[in-house]
Amino acid sequence: MTKKSLKARASKLSDTQHQLDYLSNGIFKDGSLPTFKEKLTHYGLAEIQPKKLSILQINIGYMCNQVCAHCHVDAGPDRKEMMDQVTLEACLKVMRENQVETVDLTGGAPEMHPQFRWFVAQIRSTTTVKEIIVRSNLTIIMANKKYHDLPTFFKNNNVHVISSLPFYKRNKTDRQRGSGVFDQSIAALNKLNEVGYGKSDTALELDLVYNPSGAFLPGDQAALESDFKQALKEDFDIDFNQLFTITNLPISRFLDYLIASENYEEYMHTLVDAFNPSAAQNVMCTNTLSVSWEGYLYDCDFNQMLGLKVKGGKDHIRDFNLETLQKREIQLSQHCYGCTAGAGSSCQGSIA
Amino acid sequence: MKKSYYQPEDLKKFSAITEWNETLGKKFFDYYAEVFKDGHLSAREKSLIALAVSHVVQCPYCIDAYTKDGLEKGIEKEEMMEAVHVGAAIKSGAALVHGVQMMNRHDQLSM
Repeated sequence: MTKKSLKARASKLSDTQHQLDYLSNGIFKDGSLPTFKEKLTHYGLAEIQPKKLSILQINIGYMCNQVCAHCHVDAGPDRKEMMDQVTLEACLKVMRENQVETVDLTGGAPEMHPQFRWFVAQIRSTTTVKEIIVRSNLTIIMANKKYHDLPTFFKNNNVHVISSLPFYKRNKTDRQRGSGVFDQSIAALNKLNEVGYGKSDTALELDLVYNPSGAFLPGDQAALESDFKQALKEDFDIDFNQLFTITNLPISRFLDYLIASENYEEYMHTLVDAFNPSAAQNVMCTNTLSVSWEGYLYDCDFNQMLGLKVKGGKDHIRDFNLETLQKREIQLSQHCYGCTAGAGSSCQGSIA
Repeated sequence: MKKSYYQPEDLKKFSAITEWNETLGKKFFDYYAEVFKDGHLSAREKSLIALAVSHVVQCPYCIDAYTKDGLEKGIEKEEMMEAVHVGAAIKSGAALVHGVQMMNRHDQLSM
């Protein structure tokens, strides 16, 4: 398993234009498969329109203690990009002025940002945001003594914790996320349970995210949730609320894996064949905006990683204009098939 | 002409059988979809049965399809291999049980 990001390896795929070119050429250029826009047109869905903004997803930095094989952010310990104070303040201003309901903090490991705790406390005390989501990779809680009290911090700020756990067994989890990750994740889940997260008698939400450990789609979300709940309870006495299944999108490190393992064409066929028009009408870019560590705005975290800023000119958090953004044309490419396959996929799990 | 009877890409064209007989093709695919839904057996259990049968009927398309289906359903490789052994045991048992016919015939014809 790699220990370095694509960027640190100076891989061609660390160039976002190279990724976009790869996704537009080959099987999509020779007519073997329809482009995403052609597929939408075929189903009479000319374009995807933004609905009411309900989630502001803020990527506060790409640094992470893990180097997962599927990571669409290409995050890792060697990534130093982090949101500065001015941009954090600009995000708070947008939350206050636009009645944002949900803030979704992601990374990298967002907890590694030096101002993470300050930022969460500011959101809670100076805005009307109802829900603060933190996407925690779990192992960060065990990585260093200074993070051991994160469960209590989350609880004190009524944070909704959404954590990645690729599988309820050690072998698949460690293959995707690195040796020892499973045991560390279980220890972290126990700590979250200890303060009340995921327990039926508290309102502290702990959801898990499952994404396939290979070139295949996630199965039925409800069936997998049932399997996860039973196995984690029986083997480790762990409780959690919901399981979200997320499809791996063919970008960044997962695209690198698909190409290297000669699974790219078959995977794209799988995504295209599984296109679900009702999922296409509920994709997360219709109710979410993504903010990068530099403060730029994107239709989703995946477009952020491909460098596809929102269309319409005003593409920075300091120029945030909700009215203009609600009328924007969402940027689409072939990676979007990942969100419309089967039961659909979003940061909140399946959508159809 | 292709050099092999089996082409991996032909699996993707399976639905094309309806082009030459829409009525029967549609009936087959509707039936097929209904069979694999959760019922008295879970979709997960049915996937393992399908994987075992795929090996018994030695259908490479089915083996590809139900290995992938098993991965999607969170079925582990150890479970898949056990299912394959169930199929193999039945198939070898089916061959071997004919040994009784051989014994019967032998005894009938022998003094």
